[in-house]
This record gives sequence, structure tokens and C-alpha cells, in this order.
Amino acid sequence: MHVSTYLGLLRHAEGALADAFDQIGQGHGDEPDVVQLCELLAGKSRAHVEQLQAAVDRYGEDADNEPERLKAAEFGGARSGGVGLLRDLQDLYALGSFVDVTWTVIAQAAQGLRDPDLLQTASACQAETSQQLTWLNTRIKQAAPQALIVAP
Amino acid sequence: MAEDEVDRWVQSACVLCSNGCACDIAVKDGRMVGVRGRAGDRINHGRLGPKGLYASWQWSDQDRLTRPLVRQNGTLVEASWDAAMDRIVAESKRRQPLQHGFYTSGQLFLEEYYTLAVIGKAGLGTPHMDGNTRLCTATAAASLKETFGSDGQPGSYNDIEACDALFLFGHNMAATQTVLWSRVLDRIEGADTPAVVAVDPRMTAVAETAVRTGGVHLRPLPGTNQALMNGLIHELIAHDWIDRAWVDEHTLGYDDLAQTVEPYTPVKVAEICEVPAPDLRRAAEIFGTSERVLSTVLQGFYQSHQATAASCQVNNLHLLRGMIGKPGCGVLQMNGQPTAENTRECGADGDLPGFRNWANPDHIDELAQLWNVDRQVIPHWAPPTHAMQLWRYVEQGSIDFLWISATNPAVSLPALGRIREILGKQELFLVVQDGFFTETAAYADVVLPAALWGEKQGTFTNASRTVHLSEQAVAPPGEARSDLEIFLDYAERMDFRDRDGHRLIGWKTPEGAFDAWKECSRGRPCDYSGLTYDALRGESGIPWPCTADQPEGTDRLYADAVFPTDPAVCEDFGHDLTTGGSTTPEKYKAQQPGGKAFLKAADFRPPPETTSAEFPLIGTTGRSPYHFHTRTKTGRSPRLRRAEPRMWVELSEQDAAELQVAAGETVVVESARGRVEAECRVGTLRPGVLFLPFHFGYWDNADGPPTAANEVTITEWDPVSKQPLFKVAAVRVRKVKR
Ligand code: SF4
Repeated sequence: MHVSTYLGLLRHAEGALADAFDQIGQGHGDEPDVVQLCELLAGKSRAHVEQLQAAVDRYGEDADNEPERLKAAEFGGARSGGVGLLRDLQDLYALGSFVDVTWTVIAQAAQGLRDPDLLQTASACQAETSQQLTWLNTRIKQAAPQALIVAP
Repeated sequence: MAEDEVDRWVQSACVLCSNGCACDIAVKDGRMVGVRGRAGDRINHGRLGPKGLYASWQWSDQDRLTRPLVRQNGTLVEASWDAAMDRIVAESKRRQPLQHGFYTSGQLFLEEYYTLAVIGKAGLGTPHMDGNTRLCTATAAASLKETFGSDGQPGSYNDIEACDALFLFGHNMAATQTVLWSRVLDRIEGADTPAVVAVDPRMTAVAETAVRTGGVHLRPLPGTNQALMNGLIHELIAHDWIDRAWVDEHTLGYDDLAQTVEPYTPVKVAEICEVPAPDLRRAAEIFGTSERVLSTVLQGFYQSHQATAASCQVNNLHLLRGMIGKPGCGVLQMNGQPTAENTRECGADGDLPGFRNWANPDHIDELAQLWNVDRQVIPHWAPPTHAMQLWRYVEQGSIDFLWISATNPAVSLPALGRIREILGKQELFLVVQDGFFTETAAYADVVLPAALWGEKQGTFTNASRTVHLSEQAVAPPGEARSDLEIFLDYAERMDFRDRDGHRLIGWKTPEGAFDAWKECSRGRPCDYSGLTYDALRGESGIPWPCTADQPEGTDRLYADAVFPTDPAVCEDFGHDLTTGGSTTPEKYKAQQPGGKAFLKAADFRPPPETTSAEFPLIGTTGRSPYHFHTRTKTGRSPRLRRAEPRMWVELSEQDAAELQVAAGETVVVESARGRVEAECRVGTLRPGVLFLPFHFGYWDNADGPPTAANEVTITEWDPVSKQPLFKVAAVRVRKVKR
């Protein structure tokens, strides 16, 4: 059974997403909305890591020997300037999408396992992942024209 | 001056707050010499307040700007209009649309906003247009869009006479709209007094009235409004004070709302907000058991943390009880500035004209057709740039052409140290258009002298949708021109053309602009198509929507409980109240709103700035009843100057005792951003909170200590309405030893 592999993958990815939100928030101190929302949304991913614990207790977690390619790419550190902000938000979006689809995988598994608790966790957490992606999408759309066309 | 000495009376309405009291201007020998209220008007019934009486015209011949000024070798020197406008046009022409920003006001007339909006959206094609109204009215608009699908004030002032309970949420009406407050006092002192509930951390005249008449005064800790509101809704649901059948028929989102407020028991809310649980229960009971509740909302909510979320909860209270669109049952999401409503309608605040939805391609096509321009010119590819973001782009240098009209950001924006640095940037080309040489004008490259109220013609709309015509009473001073003339001159020199090569802007007069606007508004919720200047010359102002079928206008919206949420109609597809993330069109349509209102929910979260050992108090800002904005007009009225001559800081009795300061002594208030020095007043605020009026800048106090409240405020804004947070700055206070 590979559920444990995917639980490990998801916990790692949520942790990486939380760290990336934190780093990007801190790296863009002059954009108050980015600071505030990255802090809030990092907290959501961190809470998801906790919420996965019950499932990990049931199915185990293959964190150590998971194949390297089953790991989410980690974030490399905040950039600066208008285009830098855009790229950072885009990295968050990529990581968040990875988390999103991984929740879909886990939810499917939960159906097959007839595990209502895991299914409930997956749907609640995925709703918050979607909240993260929605904000990122909105902010990226806002920042893009200015950053690409006229940023000095 | 006696009434019979006056040469003539000219119809107008006061522009010193959002009430828009109808008045006549007295003219003698070509000068404004007085005002009187218009008895037949639906808004003020003849009354005027202190600002209307003593500041509407007294400024008119005091140190006005009378000639354009252009910066040469570092100093501003007088120039001709041609020289000034040619300079602006030359700078404008060598830049891309996205390098242009426009920061306007809540003080211009409808005709001026609409013209500016067409210049920005169809001429240049820049999304960077917003104004001082972002600081004042953005949350009112945002909360109406989130709940009802479109902007548009649901209630009517006539609900004051018909209600049996009145809730004022963060609205010190006695200071902000004195004449509206006197309408309330008529009820309070009359036969059947309504129950009054005031939500305000200060013991204002409104709060005193609530207490005196057996109502409730709730004093939540600044920044905790959302918890308080969730608590009120929790109580409504817990006691089944809701009209479930109406809710099912006319709203969406009940289950989510009920689930969100579940944890907000009175005990928990009492802890977060530091209000007594019995007071909260009593307030909820009044809301839950009265038959006709009127709610008003203002800056205590709009300029505070989770502004849109908390204001939406006021709408929710009404929806849960089915109390909307009926006499006495209304919501008044207010605004502060006199013509703020028109920036929202005309799109000078970044929105699209006529409450059109930037994410709806059909709405963009309507505008493209109306203006006969390519739809790609109209900036609709992303949410319009809000003021705080606009200033950030100026700070970063991607906007380096900024045109400020009729407002004074060097005093009114938060964290002034930063704003002065932005205004002072070498690379920035700055145009300031105003009646006076303001603190902001000092930074300009070109200063344009503008005609003010009474010196030009135009219309404007008050907080309850009532439109008034303000006629020109006198000639502007010197070479000053109306803002409309200035914008038209710019458009002419820029040679903006439509798709067929005709002039983009075909009008030359205020009435011409009004007629163009009528066409733009036709069929939209803010329909002006049945209004004319002539109709507005009658007894009273007229509330929109006003159509050929309904020439007398509309007193109250949503009498049929059908809300403009249909995807083809709505102004916005809505947002997540916590993050501000936009709902996609697909998601919005999937909810099948079709005329139902949204019960939007959000959890409370702590404010971005909280007190610390270093900054142990919360500073909050607000108004005096005797001044408007940065006092450019009211500060030049001798009576009002005497009534409120200088800056002060209000401390609670407890905090004053602890700091050992007495009333009249000088204190310094400091935050991480800056400091203010002023005389101390001791009031009945809640301990831990201090109050700073925001009117006192530097035009008459150049060498004194810092007095502008915004020296200490923070650069933060609401995620949905983008309105800055003026109400929650962590500060410390010390006494100045003399
Ligand atoms: S209430 Fe407002 S509009 Fe009326 S007179 Fe006073 S300042 Fe003017």
C-alpha cells in the first residue's frame, strides 16, 4: 500500500509551502498585504501538517525512503522588486497546486479506504488550499502588467 | 447681513460631509455672503449644521490659488494656463499609459468624475485611478457588492422616522453628519423613542444618547469588530430570532454563516472584545426582537481591521431578519466625504462607470460601444489599482506621472513620513489641482488653480442616493478654472479620439457631461436616465434610480427583495473576505445567485498591529464636528477655528491618571512610524485607547511640532475593500515637561 508514501509526500509539501509563504512574506516587507496574507496562509499549511497526524498514525508515513522525485520542490528564497514578487508568488502557486492535487489523490484514497475521517480532513484542508491559490491568482493578476511592462 | 440686502439666492447643497444638505447661497456684489437651508428638501428639511453654516463660503476669498504655478529650477513660479498645460501634456505624451496615476477626491462633482474616468479608461487606458475616497467609502461599496451583488445604498433617511431600533456601528453621527443626527434627536426626544445601540470605543454623544435612553453602548477593543459581529449573529441564531423562510427564499450561504459564528458565544466574544457579555446579549435581543431596525455603519468599521467582513455582518443581521427594503428596516452603509458616492458611480475610484463589472466581458463591451473605443483600451484585465497600491507603484517608480485633484494626501494618508518621501521623489512628475496651496501642492511640478463650490456648476449625490444640483453663484478667483474645464482642456490637448476619429469627449459643459453620464448609467442600478438639471431645480433633491417611468426617483432599494446578484447584472463576483481572493466567474455562476443576497461569513483574526511593552496603547483617529478633512475650508472660517483651534489628543481618565497628565497639558504620542505633539484632553474612552483627530496638518502650523494624526498610523489595509486601517496603531504617550 502506498498511502503512507503519499501521506509523507503531502506532509512534506505542506511543510514546504508553509515555509515558502513565510519566507516570501518576510522577503517582501514593503508590501504590507503580502506580509499579512503570507503569514496567515503559512499558518493554514502548518495546521494541515498537524491535521494529517491522525491519518499518519493510522497508515504510517514513509518520509525517509520516499523516492526523491516524489518530493515537492522547495523554495529557494525571496527575490526582490516587482518582477521578483511576481516570480515568488508564482513559485507559491506551483507549490500550492502540487499540494492541491495531492489532496485530491489522498481524498480518492480515503474513498477507497472507506475512511470518513480522512475524507473529511482532505475536503476541509483542500478548501483552504483553494483559498491560498485563489489569493495567489488574484495577486498575481494584479501585479503582472505593472511588473512586466513598466517596472523600472 | 439681512436677508433683503442679498442680491440673489442660488440653489446648491453643502459639500462638507456626505449628508448633502440642500441650501441656497446668498450673493451680494458678486461675492458669496451667506447660506440658508432649503426647507422643502427631503434630506435636511431646511436645517444646516455648523460646518454648512460657517464654512461653506467663508474661505472663498482667502489665500486662494489664482494662477497656475510651474516648477523652474526648483521653485514654483507663476505661469500661463498654456504653459502649465503644455508642460503636463508633454510629460504625459512621453509616457506609457501604465506610468500614469490619478489620485482624486471625494469633493468634485459628478460631471468632473465622469470626465476624468473617461479620460483614464478610454483615453489613456490606465487602471491606476483612485482617490481619497479609498480612505472613506471603499468599504461601504465593497460590503454592498459582497452582499447584494452591486453597490447602491439600500436604505433611506426616511427610515429614521419609521424605525423602532437604531444601531450605529462605528458611526459617531453626531460628529460626522450633524444634521442627520438632529433628525435622530427628533426621534429620541419625540413620543416613541427608538432603542439605540452604539458600537464605539469612545463615549461619544451618540453613545451617551444610547445609554441615556436605555439602549446599549458596546465598546469593543479596536480591531475586534468581526468577533463582536459574529457574536451578535450567534445570538440571533441561538434564540431563533431569524426569519428562516425569508432567508431560504432570498439568500445564499446560511449554513456556512451559522457554522462560522458557532464558536462566538457571548462569553468568548466578551473575552476577545473586552465587552460585558450581558451588554452583548442585550444588544442582540434588541436587534432580534424589534420590528423595524435601521443600521448605519461608518469609519469605526470601515477604517478598522476586517472592515469589509464586519460591515457585511451588518448586512447579514438585516438579511437574517428579512429586514430590508421595508420602511424603518434598512442598512445605511455611509460615507464620509460629500461626493464620495459619485466617484463610486462614475468610476473615478477605479471601479468601472455605472457599477459595471470589470470581470464581465459584456459590461466591457457596453462601455466600448458607448465610448466607441476598442475594448482593449479599457483597463479590465485585472482588478483596478487601489490607492495604497497606486502609491506603492509611485514609490517603486513604475508610476512616475501622478495627478492629484482636490485632495491632500500629504496630511490624509497613513504613515506620512513615507508619503512625504514618495511625493518628494526626483523622478516623479506631480500635478496638483486645488483651490488652495496645500501641504501636497508644495511638492508639485505643476499647480493648477481650481474653482470650488459656488464657483462652478454640477451635481452630486449624498449617502442615501439623493442627487442635488449646485449652481454657480460667483466667478472663480483670478484665473482659477473648474476641475471640469481643466480635465476637458487636458483631453483636448492630448487629442483623445474614438474609433472613428471623432473627439472621445464630446461635451463642453457640466450639463453636457451630465447627459453623457445619464446614458452611461441607463439600465444599471444607479440609473440617472430620468434626471435632468431642470428636475433638480425643483423643491428637493431626487434619489436614484430615476427613470422616465419613475421620475420622482426611488426612496428605498430592494422593496421586492430581488438583489442585483444575477451574473449578467452584478458589479462584482465577490471575494473571500479573509484574503481578498477574487471569486472566479465560473464559481460565482455555479452558485446560481439569481437575485438572492449573499450571507458572507468570516472568522475573526487578530489585527496586524497589537500593543506591546514598547507601545502599550492603541491610537485611533477620527473627526471633530467643526472641521472637514484637512481644514482647507473649515480652518479658514473664523467661527470654526475658534470652536476647534488646534490639535488635541484624548486620553481615558485611567490612562491620564496613570501617566499623571491633566487636561490642557502637552503630551507626545509616538508609534513606530512617527510622533505627534498636542494638548491633552481627558475623555471617557475605554482605557488603553487614545483618540487623535485627523484634521490638523501644517499649512497654518509650518514651524510648530508635528500635529497630523497620520504621523503615527500604519500602512495596512483591508484585504477586500483595500481601505487603510486608521483605527489600530500601537502607540505610547508621554508628558512633555515645560
Ligand atoms: S450635515 Fe454635512 S452637509 Fe449638512 S450642513 Fe453639516 S456639513 Fe453640510
